Amino acid sequence: MAREPLMIDIVNLSKRFGRRDVLHDISLGVPRGRVLALIGPSGSGKSTLLRCVNLLETPDSGSITIDGSTMRFGATASRHRAKAMAAFRAEAGMVFQSFNLFPHMTVLENVMSGPRFVRGRSHDDAERIARPLLERMGMDSFADALPDRLSGGQKQRVAIARSLAMEPKVMLFDEATSALDPQRVAEILSVMRDLAQAGMTQIVVTHEMSYARDVADTVVFMADGHIVESGPARQVIEDPREERTRTFLRHFHMGKA
Amino acid sequence: MTYKWDFGPILQYWSIFRIGLEYTLGFTVASAVVGMAVGLLLTLARRSGWKILSIPAGAVVEIFRCTPALVQLVWCYYALPVVLGLSLAPATAALLALSLYGAAFYSEIFRAGLDSIDRGQWDAAAALGMTPVTMMRRVIAPQALRRMTAPLVSQVVLQLKNTSLISVVTVPDLVYQGQMVASATYKPLEVYTTIAVIYFLILFPLTQGARLLERRRHG
Ligand SMILES: Nc1ncnc2c1ncn2[C@@H]1O[C@H](COP(=O)(O)OP(=O)(O)OP(=O)(O)O)[C@@H](O)[C@H]1O
Ligand SMILES: [Mg+2]
Repeated sequence: MAREPLMIDIVNLSKRFGRRDVLHDISLGVPRGRVLALIGPSGSGKSTLLRCVNLLETPDSGSITIDGSTMRFGATASRHRAKAMAAFRAEAGMVFQSFNLFPHMTVLENVMSGPRFVRGRSHDDAERIARPLLERMGMDSFADALPDRLSGGQKQRVAIARSLAMEPKVMLFDEATSALDPQRVAEILSVMRDLAQAGMTQIVVTHEMSYARDVADTVVFMADGHIVESGPARQVIEDPREERTRTFLRHFHMGKA
Repeated sequence: MTYKWDFGPILQYWSIFRIGLEYTLGFTVASAVVGMAVGLLLTLARRSGWKILSIPAGAVVEIFRCTPALVQLVWCYYALPVVLGLSLAPATAALLALSLYGAAFYSEIFRAGLDSIDRGQWDAAAALGMTPVTMMRRVIAPQALRRMTAPLVSQVVLQLKNTSLISVVTVPDLVYQGQMVASATYKPLEVYTTIAVIYFLILFPLTQGARLLERRRHG
């Protein structure tokens, strides 16, 4: 199999909080247009890894490359300036478990906030970007509502639209469905699946094993800050090589996604 | 024993009270503006993540929060010139002390306001690619300001009442001017009653406004 060009390339990434090693020499790559699912027990470092990719946490060493632009960390690397970090983050959209919509802005203003305040587009331009995204998420009728009037699933769709408005090169999802009612989980997963089919490169932290199996190309199982096993999604979920992966997966009842 | 109240002489000295009122309001506004500016700088320094800034700023806040305003005022007037080797006009010493005293409390209000913003808001704004300045301006400050308005108004009310202390260093505020009128007319009861009424007429609308703001925030 020819090596595909990598959209996200994480090399030898390490991160400690105080004396705790939270990420230990992590390397992984995601080819353009592919979906990588990150699974593992609570506290294994999945969120920290995702936050490092978006520089919400500063890694202690290693490097992160998104579409050819690289950030290096460690004693020998120079300190990154706030502007450079902001520009790097703008290339990666991030969706959180707790939505994190801006409560003082309407739904439409939330989605316009990236184009307007980061890209410096005019109000009208930003609206031209935001409206179709709201429509695509089925949220156009809520454009003028404030976020606290929305249900969890609706909030998450707005949050996804807000990220997409930046036209990111990759999307990072951190347990985007964990705070939702079971009925709402499927609707967000289907939005994420549509994105994958449209060719968006993604890293998805999830506890939805059937989604990981059916939608992701690669599944990575993490424990205690290490990558224990990684491989083709179906193989890792259905026939894991490592005992720890097997033990972890035994906790999940696998339905059809 | 009955005291015959007589406000007649007081009214004759109205122009003296007016000067006092101007000083009181002027010092309130000036020390609130300077105090908020310094308070904001102290808050930013405390949150900068650089110990060389955050530790001194934290120390300044605690020193001014944990000593009485009157002591600070007298200290600025009598002791500071000795320390600095230059003399300070009463008005300068008064403005300095009132501003720094206010700054310590404003800084606490700003800090609490910023801390009350959920960490997810900072994360989401950063993840979109906002620079720190944009993030503060578009996401954090608008939310924090709503929460800070009522405590800021309360602090300005205190600030106005604290200006009564500056009479001690001979700045001709309302209280100082009142003392002049009292010694000229031998009517201290009428004078202090008048002063109390003037303070009340200024502050009551302010506190009511603050209460309205507070109610709107919770309601
Ligand atoms: N800001 C922080 N300061 C100190 N420790 C932290 C911080 N953030 C995370 N940790 C620790 O790092 C470890 C990994 O946390 P992380 O949130 O990445 O795990 P996770 O795999 O996402 O877990 P979960 O499935 O519960 O979300 C945990 O032990 C956590 O307590
Ligand atoms: Mg997590």
